[in-house]
Amino acid sequence: MPMSGEFKEKILAPLMSISTGKDLKFVGKSILRKEGIDKVTGRARYVDDVKTPGALYGKTLRSSIACGRIKKISFAPNIPWDQFTIVDARDVPYNRVLQIESDQPVLCDGVVLHREEPILLIAHEDPGLVETAIRSITVEYEREPGIFNIGEGRILKQYDIEEGDWKKEFAAAEVVFEGEYKTGAQEHVYIETNGFIACWEDECLTVHGSMQCPYYVHKALKYAFKLQDDQINVVQMTTGGGFGGKEDFPSVLAIHAALLAKKSGRTVRLIYDRAEDMASSTKRHPSISKVRTACTKDGILRAIDFSFHIDGGAYITLSPVVLSRGIVHAFGPYKWPAAKLHAQCFFTNSPPYGAFRGFGAPQSLFAIEAHMTALANHLGMDPAELRRRNFIHRGDTMPTGQVVDEDPNMEALLDRALELSDYKTKRARWKRGGGKGISLSTFMHGTGFTGSGEVYLASRVGIATTKDGGAEVRVSSTEIGQGTETVFPQIAAEALGIDISKVSFRRPETKVVPNSGPTVASRTCSVVGKLVERAAGKLKQRLAGADIRQHYAQHGEAYEEVEYVPRPGLVWDDDKYKGSAYGAYSWCVNVAEVTVDPVTAMPRVDTLTATVDVGTIINPVLAHGQMEGGIAQGIGWATCENVVLKEGLMENHHLTNYVIPTSADAARIVVEFMPSPYSEGAFGSKGVGELPMDGPGPAIVSALNDAMEAKFTHLPLLPEEMLK
Amino acid sequence: MHDDEQSDVQQAAFRTSRRGFLKGVGIASAATVVLPGLSLGQEEAAGTPGLKEFGSGPLEISLKVNGDERKLSIEPRTTLLDALRTKLALTGTKEICDRGSCGGCTVLVDGRAMVSCMTLAIDMQGREITTAEGIGKDPGFAPLVDSFCEHDAAQCGFCIPGILVRSAALLKEIPNPTPLEIREGLAGNICRCGTYSRIFDAVEACAKKGGVA
Ligand code: FES
Ligand code: FES
Repeated sequence: MPMSGEFKEKILAPLMSISTGKDLKFVGKSILRKEGIDKVTGRARYVDDVKTPGALYGKTLRSSIACGRIKKISFAPNIPWDQFTIVDARDVPYNRVLQIESDQPVLCDGVVLHREEPILLIAHEDPGLVETAIRSITVEYEREPGIFNIGEGRILKQYDIEEGDWKKEFAAAEVVFEGEYKTGAQEHVYIETNGFIACWEDECLTVHGSMQCPYYVHKALKYAFKLQDDQINVVQMTTGGGFGGKEDFPSVLAIHAALLAKKSGRTVRLIYDRAEDMASSTKRHPSISKVRTACTKDGILRAIDFSFHIDGGAYITLSPVVLSRGIVHAFGPYKWPAAKLHAQCFFTNSPPYGAFRGFGAPQSLFAIEAHMTALANHLGMDPAELRRRNFIHRGDTMPTGQVVDEDPNMEALLDRALELSDYKTKRARWKRGGGKGISLSTFMHGTGFTGSGEVYLASRVGIATTKDGGAEVRVSSTEIGQGTETVFPQIAAEALGIDISKVSFRRPETKVVPNSGPTVASRTCSVVGKLVERAAGKLKQRLAGADIRQHYAQHGEAYEEVEYVPRPGLVWDDDKYKGSAYGAYSWCVNVAEVTVDPVTAMPRVDTLTATVDVGTIINPVLAHGQMEGGIAQGIGWATCENVVLKEGLMENHHLTNYVIPTSADAARIVVEFMPSPYSEGAFGSKGVGELPMDGPGPAIVSALNDAMEAKFTHLPLLPEEMLK
Repeated sequence: MHDDEQSDVQQAAFRTSRRGFLKGVGIASAATVVLPGLSLGQEEAAGTPGLKEFGSGPLEISLKVNGDERKLSIEPRTTLLDALRTKLALTGTKEICDRGSCGGCTVLVDGRAMVSCMTLAIDMQGREITTAEGIGKDPGFAPLVDSFCEHDAAQCGFCIPGILVRSAALLKEIPNPTPLEIREGLAGNICRCGTYSRIFDAVEACAKKGGVA
């Protein structure tokens, strides 16, 4: 069998030679992912691959209206209902899903606030019969008019940030330019749908599932069932992608599966099919941004007035923090003497929107970046030059009040991206409206939780010696495709000074691994990785040079655990919403080259070039993979992923009518890393996962505007719109 | 490795149980994972009295999968995908869209790639079916499997078995495909992690190194 799960160094010449500036054995090397062979040959076990003889199959009855009350639920008489397990709101010990708040019911208790809201759960041994049964239940409603537009309903959350005398700047400005920018919802299409298997034994609950954040699920189960910590074990199965879609949403599913299991006394499988998953799960928040900027005739920026509005859907879920990340990225990588930032999230009767790679930043960065290009055109300047004149530097203050204490090196990233893409020549050669376009975006993405988030999380990481003379990394950070299972052993092996083949990664389950926080916010490699580095260092110290095998034989397992310590000097004021929003930022420049078909107006992204500073690269091949995958999703969001909303529901909830990029339209993606290490990240690393999602949208829309001689300010930008 | 996985799943529940006592666990073939909380000897999806009118009777059929003749009992409407996954415990074949539009469920039927979610199991009798597991075990395809691993073609991995099967069919048909032939040959398979370029490179590198046998 090839490679039999052994770590092997990947020999891909161009990717191999990223210097970390230190003599490191494993960090900076393209070590092959350990689980690769099992994934390739179908041996990896995802939740639906677990066999559960005798288990029941669960299914959810959902609302067919967006807003109103349930008047009556009737069960058709020809079904022997006593052979089914049926769960409703009365069966939930505490009918609330705990996320940031706990406003969302586990099951509707009379009031319906969005389409596809779960009302009843039903289970049976025969999955076919469950389908039949669910069709034999009729729900009568009393409809009420819903709210479906941003700004019409109640405010879910609001932030306001001011810096400098922006009023004065606008009054005195040589040029004031404004625009409105809109972004659509986006469906994750993690390629494995959501699923959980639940079983109870002796008042204790075990759930196996597809998820990013085992401890979020644990917390929600504990709350809904009023259990103690040790009564619950949440086990992550191999997870077929998440992209944020398995951050908050799995908590709901896990509770549902556990309710059915509890009532039936059986193991219950609750695994969504694609249509149900796409219709009922969270999506990227749609947004509307109004941007007004003041600058000199030479394009020196003086002030920004940014108002950022997003649709939160019917319940709070993670919207407050999505809004927060959005607004603290809204000003882009530029220096602003004055700023007024205003952000609001509104309730609507849509299914709740949730986390999606980038978490609000792609929306606000789309607005600022589309705006910067439009402003350059307005000033008659090259969009690259306008940006170059305004980049932020070490020592400058962001509108949040954060003083930049790293070197963003945006000029170097820009120069290299322009060079790699031959931007100048192409821009001169391709006439506006000639069917080809080239444009750019320049942006940053904060590593880790926003503001005091990391302090509240107080993440912990453990590492233990093993019998065979190695070590095991214990974290709740999950492998969801990004390479956690490989990167953490690299970090641990480096810090411990033992061979990578000796370091294993414990599959996360809450009974075994400490809470190292959720697998989100581009925090895994950098923030949690740093804890892995520290824990391994501590273990090394304790072993004091002893042979691990002998040490284990004499003393048994040696285990060390460390907790997050805030970076000194990093202060965030939650009340004023001011301070250092992030310990570090990753920086990036994208150049998009597009072609529009003259007949069909079908846009094609030919090449997307990215120059990137994500600090030290722990594993070049994996980091490249993150960049390529995120860029592909950004391209999809900009050009083809159109969530058609009807009464807040995604109407096109099938893979046949929601189009994501396929291999036929895969763009050429060029990525070059230009690392500047971050002292508080694992071996100098910064966040990677979300950054690539931020830049393609505005670069592509601006390039399409050039190709079509148009002034579009929204995405997705569909061919039918360009034909008009 | 399956044994590992199985014991992991069992241990997980064991650790949750305060009494630390496992009931009803013990049956598990090498390739399956069994969850606790079940009573032993229970028939899988046993007939439900009073509900007979909903399902038609099961049928005994035989399928040749990965070189082995396998007997199974299915309903006539069972898809090949369902039969492989639920009856034969060959879970490498994935359901992603269940509508013939993603390629996740691709298998070889007499050497040609087919989507198993749109194929009835009953029609596949007498045909040679090969799944990703079969390709993983076939030394002739080892260069392709290696190449997928070496190019880090799998991120989350869920789309990959289907893509591996499709690539195997492609290389059988066109031993030295051009980049365009690879791109178009794989166009029916979607990957949300966006590893397309690695997949193309993996197939191309495999072909250049002598291809599959
Ligand atoms: S599951 Fe068969 S093609 Fe998608
Ligand atoms: S590797 Fe995740 S969908 Fe393809």
